[in-house]
Amino acid sequence: MSKEDSSTGFDCRQAFAEELATLAQSDSRIVAVCNDSVGSSNLGAFRKAFPDRLVNVGIAEQNMVGVAAGMANAGLRPFVCAAAPFLTGRALEQIKADVVYSDFPIVLCGMSPGVAYGELGPTHHSIEDLAWTRAIGDLAVIVPADRGETRSAMRWAVNAGRPCYLRIGRTKVPDVMPEGRGFELGRATVLRQGNDVTLVAIGTMVSRALAAAEQLVGDGINARVINAASVQPIDEQTILAAARETRGVVTIEEAMVRGGLGSAVAELLSQRHPTPMRIMGFTDFAPTGNASFLFSYFGLTPADIAKNAGELVRAH
Amino acid sequence: MHTQQHAASTPLVSDLAALALWRIRREGFEAATPQQRSPLLRSRANNIRRQVIATIDKAGLGHVGGDLSVTDILVTLFEGLLRIDPAQPAWEQRDRFILSKGHCAVALYSVLASCGYFSPARLADFAAPLSPLNGHPNRRKVPGVETNTGPLGHGLPVGVGCATAAQIMGQQWRTFVVLGDGELQEGSNWEAAMYAAQRRLGRLTAIVDRNRLQQGASTADTNDLEPLSDKWTAFGWETHVIDGHSFDALLDVLGRAPGDKPRAVIANTIKGKGVSFMENGVEWHHKVPSAAQADAAIKELAA
Repeated sequence: MSKEDSSTGFDCRQAFAEELATLAQSDSRIVAVCNDSVGSSNLGAFRKAFPDRLVNVGIAEQNMVGVAAGMANAGLRPFVCAAAPFLTGRALEQIKADVVYSDFPIVLCGMSPGVAYGELGPTHHSIEDLAWTRAIGDLAVIVPADRGETRSAMRWAVNAGRPCYLRIGRTKVPDVMPEGRGFELGRATVLRQGNDVTLVAIGTMVSRALAAAEQLVGDGINARVINAASVQPIDEQTILAAARETRGVVTIEEAMVRGGLGSAVAELLSQRHPTPMRIMGFTDFAPTGNASFLFSYFGLTPADIAKNAGELVRAH
Repeated sequence: MHTQQHAASTPLVSDLAALALWRIRREGFEAATPQQRSPLLRSRANNIRRQVIATIDKAGLGHVGGDLSVTDILVTLFEGLLRIDPAQPAWEQRDRFILSKGHCAVALYSVLASCGYFSPARLADFAAPLSPLNGHPNRRKVPGVETNTGPLGHGLPVGVGCATAAQIMGQQWRTFVVLGDGELQEGSNWEAAMYAAQRRLGRLTAIVDRNRLQQGASTADTNDLEPLSDKWTAFGWETHVIDGHSFDALLDVLGRAPGDKPRAVIANTIKGKGVSFMENGVEWHHKVPSAAQADAAIKELAA
């Protein structure tokens, strides 16, 4: 693996690993199911503490998800931990039929999503996962923005006892969520108030949207910044209010622009409150480069976000 | 979305009359000598086959060939072997049964109804608008169904999960998965087979309904499975090849105490078994009998 990009902050997998061990301590139903990914999913400590509750099926994602369904049938609460591209791509039909349609309380944890694997290329990128998972029944699709939200989404998922897809980021992100905010499905968080333009972001893009908002101040533009961690279902109320109270909405995600957060917002606004929009994200397979480079290459820097937002404001 | 009421949409609940009859039969089975058991199951299986024909005739769709090949396996399990309580489908200690070849839902529904999981009268609702009895089984709608199947190659991994959970939890219940032979062309089965052996899941049994025909042709002419028994053995399973229409053989092998390996039972069967003009006919994978054919089939099964 290449050197990390220069962005500072925290790898959410660390918080994930610590929280999983904490939850497992007090809830004997919790098991981890993985595909030879003990290292990449940071499950070493979990295995040490609960050797009998780590089920490593080897490199076999379809079996991994089916096994989790069988374990849930028996009353256990599996966390399926695997690199996001292989979990969602290889086992998509198992996710649909065995997890969501069968309605088992399973937390699907897509590790290192987006372009976290940088130079390893499109085979190892997971930028299609939001489009795929968002289309399946009532699967909850959640993209935490920082380590605190990762932990609270996990706690929520255990209590909710329903099928969830949780993206667990590897690219370092700063803390952006207010202390004690917690996580609720279908609820977004307004991180910055503003009435000129709205920036709706998820995951790694939330801190970039906040940075863009600071840049926009210099242009006399006051941007509202929303963390829409609950991608499915989306927080309709918060987004509709923002659309009514600002002149346009920019969405930013570390995913394909077709079918992800931007689509979810557009589906809502086009039917309930037509609003000028810009949808920012990946538009194709990525060339070689680390995550930081690829964010720049696809125009996902704070400057790019500010530019799009400024254009929206000036045009409307 | 239409909210108009359909009688067929009524939820399925356990049926006391069918349940009482199943309990009486089960007690009779337990009390019978081994020689008496096979005729008891045969009579029941004939009854189920007639129900299958009637249900498919009414609905105008179904997979009759595979329903008839798997019937004896299902009857052996539900009438003779599974530790279940149809009045409590969620009983934690129950044996788990998974029909991986979910397209043979009518055979499963007919057996579940005859155990009292729901009223046999509800079989008339099979495939009707809003019916809980979908073309493929749904665990949230049909008591006794453990997981939703339909796409092939899904049941065995889920069964491995059930058996893994029992092993982790120190539970004694067993898991039985019935697979079609054609569906063994799906790679996910072999992922699951490897892992079941790795964990030494002795409380897991996979039963292959080896009727040698898939949707459009024989398995041999499509993507040959042979040497099938050697494959399972090579994957680390205790393997048996039996006549899947012999109740004596089914009771013997499926009733054995768990060993220290997962057990594969290749049950040689006949697609369309029991109806002479359907037997071994590839077209009867999902062909629907005409009214006259349904009558003839039911008469033949009653004989």
